[in-house]
Amino acid sequence: MTAGALLWRQFRFERRMFWRNPSAAFFNFALPLIFLFLIASVFGHKTNDLNTLVPGIAGMAVMTTTFTSLAFNITFLREQGILKRVRGTPMPPVSYFGGLLANSVLNAVVQVALVIVIGHAVYGLSWAHLDVAELVVFTLVGVVAFGSLGIAMSHAIPNFDAAPAYVNAVFLPMIFISGTFYSTSSLPGVLDAAARALPLKHVIDGLRAAIVTGSGLGSHVGALLALVAWSVAGIALAVRYFRWE
Amino acid sequence: MPEAAISVRDLRKSYGGVEAVRGISFDVLRGEIFGLLGPNGAGKTTTVEILEGYRRRSAGQVSVLGSDPAARDLDLRRRIGIVLQSSGFYPRATVRESVEHMAAAYPAPRDPAETIDLVGLSEKAGARAGKLSGGQLRRLDLALALVGDPELIFLDEPTTGFDPAARRAAWEVVRKLKDLGKTVLLTTHYLDEAQSLSDRVGIVKDGLLIAEGPPSQLSRDRASYRVSFRQNGRVIDHETDDPTELLHRLTGEALARGERLEDLSVSRPTLEDVYLELTTRGPE
Repeated sequence: MTAGALLWRQFRFERRMFWRNPSAAFFNFALPLIFLFLIASVFGHKTNDLNTLVPGIAGMAVMTTTFTSLAFNITFLREQGILKRVRGTPMPPVSYFGGLLANSVLNAVVQVALVIVIGHAVYGLSWAHLDVAELVVFTLVGVVAFGSLGIAMSHAIPNFDAAPAYVNAVFLPMIFISGTFYSTSSLPGVLDAAARALPLKHVIDGLRAAIVTGSGLGSHVGALLALVAWSVAGIALAVRYFRWE
Repeated sequence: MPEAAISVRDLRKSYGGVEAVRGISFDVLRGEIFGLLGPNGAGKTTTVEILEGYRRRSAGQVSVLGSDPAARDLDLRRRIGIVLQSSGFYPRATVRESVEHMAAAYPAPRDPAETIDLVGLSEKAGARAGKLSGGQLRRLDLALALVGDPELIFLDEPTTGFDPAARRAAWEVVRKLKDLGKTVLLTTHYLDEAQSLSDRVGIVKDGLLIAEGPPSQLSRDRASYRVSFRQNGRVIDHETDDPTELLHRLTGEALARGERLEDLSVSRPTLEDVYLELTTRGPE
């Protein structure tokens, strides 16, 4: 089989394993939608709140499906000796990791699409300014940044039992300061500066422009550059400190 | 003389100034089962992991099926099978799914169902790996290493944690591999396993190969025969090169005293005796 055919096979294998893992399916699939339903149902009567919430949840979904999921997965695969086993076979690394990453990317794309469709169909979010090209750009650059940072994160996690603590120490503060659930226009200066230094706020800002306001890519070059910088750093760390065992 | 499947010459490996392997040389011939023995920390895992391509050597020459494993060439990995000490694959994949999945990575794999049968897991083919017992997981490891139909198989402590019946069953699998013409490099802590399976063994201690040869040959070189019996509740051992003469004298004396030699036995020293004698001596 060619490397491409093996990548496709690995991807399908990962999909099957994903659906057999109830906690992965819950955190990657159900949780963002539950947040959307609950918060939109409680607070979402005003258009303003929905305009914040839908891109916020979409951004959070990008982070859980890539950063959280890969940090957990790679830590588990390393601890179980599965990475070492794969390394001893003729499975090309590009096929193996390609399949693994494609699984995360598909989860991210499906989640972003679901959040936008549910926001529109159930809560009446307007699609008048929807910019699909900009949506694709910010989703993909978010996936690359958070995916590579998730792999880099797995190198710092000593064992699988410690993974939730390490991942949530990053994930929870970031979703609260990055404007996931509410507007952060009145955030204290220090926290606002922290949010701007981190990637999630830029993903959400970009997604908000693509979904809600319709301001084009040209007005969000700063967010895009910040995410490209995080991607470069994430890829460098993910590759430099990669361990098979 | 048949061509060597593995050839190691003056292999050295240092970790931060400490030399774990200090100049090991040996050959493993095609179609042979070679047992690598030694205490923990002796350097045998390091040696094997260099041959498997997991680690880079510091010095020396290594050839595995004619290639340098450090080149991490896909072609070489298509021709070898590795059973690691750690076991398991995706816990939510069934035995059949796992073996079929790995088979796809090889150009000419064995039939997955037949491979599962070979290791004795047919009844569990539909079970998820996470539900298998420790011994069954080890058999899955073996199936995953064999499904590519490799010429050379690395077995790192393949029966650790097995009950006696499962160990015998695993030995039968290893003998079948030999019948199929495969070459096996076996690492084990069980000396009866090495003695029973290996055509030749090498004993590693302190990063050096201190003995090498067929298990029976090693035993013969070291000691001769041991004659033991029980007298007044104590076990008396005699070592001799000529048990005929010794037995004649001992039994003659016992008859003269009107005694019986309880639990009389004549035995050859086992590989274990040789191993303990060699490895518990001080550093050379």
